[in-house]
Amino acid sequence: MSWIPIDYLPALPEITLGLGICIVLLADLFLPAKLRDVTFLLAMATLGAAAMAVGEAGTAGSVVALSGSFVSDPLAGFLKLFALAMLATVLLYSRADLQGRPYNKGEYYVLALFAGLGILVMISGANLLTLYLGLEMQALALYALVAFDRDSPVAAEAAMKYFVLGAIASACLLYGISLLYGVTGSIQIVDVAEALGSADQASAATLLAVAFVVVGIAFKFGAVPFHTWVPDVYQGAPASVTLFVGTVPKIGAFALAVRIFVEALAASAEAWAPMLGALAVLSLAIGNIVAIAQTNLRRMLAYSTIAHVGFIFLGFAAGSQDGVEAALFYTVVYVLMAAGAFGVVILLGRQGETSDQLDDLRGLSQRSPWFALMMLLLMISMIGVPPLAGFYAKWWVLAALLDSGHLWLAIAGVVFSVIGAFYYLRVIKLMYFDPPAEAGPLRPGGSLRLVLSLNALLVLAIGLFPESLIELCAQALA
Amino acid sequence: MLFAGERLGAAHRWFAVGIAALTFLLSLPLYLGFDNSTADFQFVERVAWIPAFRAEYFLGIDGLSLPLVLLTTFLTPIVVIAGWEVIKTRTAQYFAAFLILEGLMIGVFSALDGLLFYVFWEAMLIPMFIIIGIWGGERRVYATIKFFLYTFLGSVFMLLALIYLYLQTGGYSILGFHTVPLSMTEQMPIFLAFLFAFAVKVPMWPVHTWLPDAHVEAPTGGSVILAAVLLKMGGYGFLRFSLPIAPDASQSLALLMIVLSLVAVVYIGFVALVQSDLKKLIAYSSIAHMGFVTLGFFIAWAILARTGEVTGIGMGITGGVVQMISHGFISGALFLCVGIMYDRLHTREIGAYGGVVNTMPVFAAFFVLFALANAGLPGTSGFVGEFLVILASFRANFWYAVLAGTTLILGAAYTLWMIKRVVFGAIANEGVGSLQDLSRREFLILALMAGGVLIIGLWPAPLVDMMSASVDKLVIQVTQSKL
Repeated sequence: MSWIPIDYLPALPEITLGLGICIVLLADLFLPAKLRDVTFLLAMATLGAAAMAVGEAGTAGSVVALSGSFVSDPLAGFLKLFALAMLATVLLYSRADLQGRPYNKGEYYVLALFAGLGILVMISGANLLTLYLGLEMQALALYALVAFDRDSPVAAEAAMKYFVLGAIASACLLYGISLLYGVTGSIQIVDVAEALGSADQASAATLLAVAFVVVGIAFKFGAVPFHTWVPDVYQGAPASVTLFVGTVPKIGAFALAVRIFVEALAASAEAWAPMLGALAVLSLAIGNIVAIAQTNLRRMLAYSTIAHVGFIFLGFAAGSQDGVEAALFYTVVYVLMAAGAFGVVILLGRQGETSDQLDDLRGLSQRSPWFALMMLLLMISMIGVPPLAGFYAKWWVLAALLDSGHLWLAIAGVVFSVIGAFYYLRVIKLMYFDPPAEAGPLRPGGSLRLVLSLNALLVLAIGLFPESLIELCAQALA
Repeated sequence: MLFAGERLGAAHRWFAVGIAALTFLLSLPLYLGFDNSTADFQFVERVAWIPAFRAEYFLGIDGLSLPLVLLTTFLTPIVVIAGWEVIKTRTAQYFAAFLILEGLMIGVFSALDGLLFYVFWEAMLIPMFIIIGIWGGERRVYATIKFFLYTFLGSVFMLLALIYLYLQTGGYSILGFHTVPLSMTEQMPIFLAFLFAFAVKVPMWPVHTWLPDAHVEAPTGGSVILAAVLLKMGGYGFLRFSLPIAPDASQSLALLMIVLSLVAVVYIGFVALVQSDLKKLIAYSSIAHMGFVTLGFFIAWAILARTGEVTGIGMGITGGVVQMISHGFISGALFLCVGIMYDRLHTREIGAYGGVVNTMPVFAAFFVLFALANAGLPGTSGFVGEFLVILASFRANFWYAVLAGTTLILGAAYTLWMIKRVVFGAIANEGVGSLQDLSRREFLILALMAGGVLIIGLWPAPLVDMMSASVDKLVIQVTQSKL
């Protein structure tokens, strides 16, 4: 690809995606509503092209481009491919959910792709402002997506809440970045890391900067006490948007955390690691305990997300390379599990308007044994029982914690896992032990059936043969 | 099995029993080809699994695991046959769950990699959870969630201990765990973590409360597997992990373990006496008998402390293992008997029966045989294990032996009293009057169980020989300080 200026080559995936978005947007203007599937196919083609561009841009070695604001390294390559694949999965699920709904508009795909573009930019951010730009691009697209069902007051409320709190969090992050600039005199991650290495770690400015950054990132992850938006958004947004919000942005948030904590603030690990540890334990506690009291499946999954975020933070709190690898593995596995679980929400949603209550799962094993089995696998994986992927995620994080001497964090992790097991078991109980409330199997479309099955079986496959994903995670961060 | 589902019609039962029987036949060469003279692991399979963490797919058996593997493969076909007509809903899933369970149980007994062991150990919770939850009794949901959470809580701490040992040895091989030197401050938490996991599973007093609930609510097949095999995993865990990995911590906590075991034997014996539900009674009797197993294991240090020599230690451990195997047959058979009665009258209340011998003479004969074995009648398997453990206890402390010996009285009391009320006497009511004796299917399974009970009781030598080399090695391991 010699016709591309060499400096732009690392950003080829983003450029491809951006061009693709323009095409989808324009094409959709001229397409009649009944050809909505063409928009969908164009969006999928865009994602495919972007994925090929990732390969073209190269995933080996670390290249800094665009005046030091953009980096292409193995981590970026791995995360981008995964994010694009998950985006495609989300779109597949979404298509099944949107069909026949009043808000089945082409803009949905455009906004989703824009959010994806923001995530890709975040993944490759080599200076703090690039990261921030990517984050905002993703966030603005998501605010709009949450309110996509414009006639629903619940969705509007959720979007409002998400927007206001999100704006505050972004402001916190930006303030932290400006403080870091004040301390180090640079926004380049490399320079910030170097300057911090020789700076006074205990100075009020550094600590304040770290604290603000932690707040911003914790919000994006949805960690306690910055989690209040999560349940409302998950419940209020259209099911397909919930699926989106719950999965792909976590990949971006992970990239943000690695770029800022591990790369920029490596020298201040003693400041941020305990903060993340505290947030992690709070998230585990609140997430797992409050989830028990939920009667709505989406709210339950929202609190379960918060608890899983706690585990991801535990990986960072270990403060070691191993811990970050564990957090990456956890993020990947979590995103897969969450996609499947929300896929089941979509599956139930096809049957009627209000079918996201836990009680709607009642007797699923007799109505649709196959889907009940898929949900069973996902729930067991979320509990962290082998031989499913969720177990290895927890196990690796625990190993990293013990290795770095954080015995009490590890104990908190396992104890809250046991508490959390209860509400997942309740889902299994509803599906398998209770008689069905309504008769007749669920009849989803072929694509939803296929994606959901593949998704859940992938979680099982990773559980049986975890080696390759473990290797990939270790290589991405090597 | 799971896929074909009920579409197979009646064939899925034959398929299930065929697979289970085939597994048993395949496990026989393990016995025939087993070399009794060595304590090394045999039939080893070792393949890289997660090289990044030096975790391997590492299987092998020694004299301690072989009897348990055989017990598992022997019982599964019986359980499948026992569920033949009784399970009416979702039968294919029922049999599939048992076959999955069998595979996982064999995995637990033969895993030589700590992580692999944990995977099998935990994965087993899922089919058991489902079995109790779907096919159980009225309070099945409560019982199964209690079962799951109790055992899950116990085992997560074991996971932490395994990870710690991995960090110390650089691999997950259990053989590596055995030889790694550990200070007392390390051994103590490791031992306690393992204790937590295994004590819940055994179950030892005071963490036994899940067992009566789970037993009572589980379907017959579930109760049989639970009592006969799952409980043994706790005892096996002590032998494979606690004792050889943390011998010094075991030594300093031996008194605690002995006391807990004796409490289980005596106190739970009394509790069993007052039960009015047949399954609960057998469940409590299981706990009391498992007290013997842990007593046999941990009496070692009391012997060492008193006599200063190792003679007798092996006897205690051997007794414990024999007791595990024999209890597998006896309690399994008793649960089958209760299941057979329950299928007919749909009650487990002792008060609802009486004079069963008049209408079901063949059944009564079997039931009395198993009950006597449960009480430790010489000539049955129940006697061998208890006798060896009591004998070993005498070498340690006269009073331990006396307390342990009370079980012979208590055990006889609750079992025989139960028998008197259920089997003998005049026909209590119309229900009992209309009972049909055993069908051929039921006769077959009870006869197989009775065979097991009598063979081990009359001729325990093959069983004891099988494990003697491994027990000797274990004795050396436990008496060698790691400090």
